[in-house]
Amino acid sequence: MRIWTLHLFTLAVLAVLLATLPPYHATNLARILVLAVFAIGYNLAFGYTGLLSLGHALFFAAGVYGAALPITYLGLPQLPALVAGLLAGGLVAGVTGLLALRTAGVSFMIVTLMFAQAGYLTLLYFGPVTGGDEGLVLPDAAALLPGLSADVARATIAYALFSAALLSSLALVQSRLGRTLVAIRENEDRSRMLGYNTFAVKLTALVLSGLFSGAAGAAYALLFGYAGASFATIQYSILPMLWVLMGGAGTVLGPLVGTAAMFYLVDIAGSYTTATLLFVGVALVLLILFAPKGILGTIRERWLTWLP
Amino acid sequence: MESAVTAATLALTAVGLSLVFGVMRVVNVAHGEFFMLGAVSAWFITTWVGGPAWASFLVALAVAPLFVAALAALADRIVLKRLDYEPEATIVATIGLMYIFQQAALSFYGPQAMPVEPPFNFRIQLPWFGYSAYKLSVILFATLVLIGVWLFLTRTKAGLVMRATQVDRETAQAFGIDVDRVYAGVFALGAGLAAIAAVLIVPIQQAHYLMGHDPLLLAFITVIVGGLGSLRGTIIAAVFIGLSDGLIAFFWSPTLAKILATLLVAMVLVFRPQGLFGAKQA
Repeated sequence: MRIWTLHLFTLAVLAVLLATLPPYHATNLARILVLAVFAIGYNLAFGYTGLLSLGHALFFAAGVYGAALPITYLGLPQLPALVAGLLAGGLVAGVTGLLALRTAGVSFMIVTLMFAQAGYLTLLYFGPVTGGDEGLVLPDAAALLPGLSADVARATIAYALFSAALLSSLALVQSRLGRTLVAIRENEDRSRMLGYNTFAVKLTALVLSGLFSGAAGAAYALLFGYAGASFATIQYSILPMLWVLMGGAGTVLGPLVGTAAMFYLVDIAGSYTTATLLFVGVALVLLILFAPKGILGTIRERWLTWLP
Repeated sequence: MESAVTAATLALTAVGLSLVFGVMRVVNVAHGEFFMLGAVSAWFITTWVGGPAWASFLVALAVAPLFVAALAALADRIVLKRLDYEPEATIVATIGLMYIFQQAALSFYGPQAMPVEPPFNFRIQLPWFGYSAYKLSVILFATLVLIGVWLFLTRTKAGLVMRATQVDRETAQAFGIDVDRVYAGVFALGAGLAAIAAVLIVPIQQAHYLMGHDPLLLAFITVIVGGLGSLRGTIIAAVFIGLSDGLIAFFWSPTLAKILATLLVAMVLVFRPQGLFGAKQA
């Protein structure tokens, strides 16, 4: 009960913030919400199932281009394109998982990294179609919800998507499947001995993770009007890992907390120095050294043991 | 000739990566940045020392790898050791180190690419065509260093200790081997080898703060194709990949060649984790 209260309360606070913040911060918040959906997807694989992937940029980019290509070349309307991006993310994750999940641990990390790298290079190779590094410009966010201004439409879609992602991930991790994922993370051999088909469960987790990532990629492209190969670079695989580590791997609200914290850390640092990547690097090293459980993970360990 | 130079420097870089993986079980994502730091510090050293090109280059060749190796030993002591070399945590940490080194190079060195004078600059003219003497000496020197590494590992006490630690860490510790020192040494040696490769290549390519990406990817491909942790496999794969690199790029576009190479690595790891050339030797 208090679990659902906490999450619904968080959503209510976000709604108030979106409606009252000045435009600059409201746009930032919309961006954070969409990226947090990406982080929620990453967290399903890494935080709950223990699959440390270095290739989630591929799923994000599948969403970006799954939405952008039909709009540009087939004239598909925006909302169906969002769904197309979501499905593209899941499909690419499924194909990747069928191969990559035959490996584990360090090999899994390298295989996913290599698939993502191959995906990025493929986007560059088909530069005339995908726009390559320069990318494709898409219609304004206002095209999503006709009749509203671009800012309002952006905030509404970002909020709706994030709410759906947060509540479905909460329902998921409390379900039977969610508990099986944690069991596999904790001890895969024992889960297998208990009769679970761990390959199928891990594949399911990766596909779900890909669906979230694809939805986030599609929404990011549509809301901010741009699709480019740069979304497939390794940086977009590292960032969700950083957000999840910062917020707390294996916590439902962690991805939101981590994304927001890191976003504003880089934003504030950016007003003093151009060396923002330095902060990403230092944050990664410090987190893994001193707080591998992240913000919410530490809070859960110390005070709120009921936190999902 | 170009591809032979690629093969020689690739072999050095990849053997460094392979040693670190073989002994420490650490996938060092920052390896490319040690390469980059080698090149960038070679530029700093040659600029500061001045004098004739060959003298400042020799100083760089001696000092830059030592500097990079010291930096790597420091990183090992401060970061990796505290993580207890847990494989997944160390990958995250080395990704962090990668960003830190890159950004430091950008801040202190700048975004531009800068050249280093080759120590000598004449061509060996043969009846059919000429060879750059410098490129020949790169291949020769790289081969000597590799032979040196091999002798070090097989003929000296320190090398024996390293191999013992690779085979069984706990037993080595039980026999009184200071595993922490071995790990710091191996990490420094691996980084130093990458730095030597970079100093050798920098008169041919210029030094740039993002130059670590391609060597990292190629070294990864080499180490995986050659079989994780197998030095012999790594060297064979380096020669094979270095020589075929030019060949592939000749038939297809470089991008397509890279796509095929990355997919090859993924497939090797999925279907043949011991590597293409790997018998199951250590």
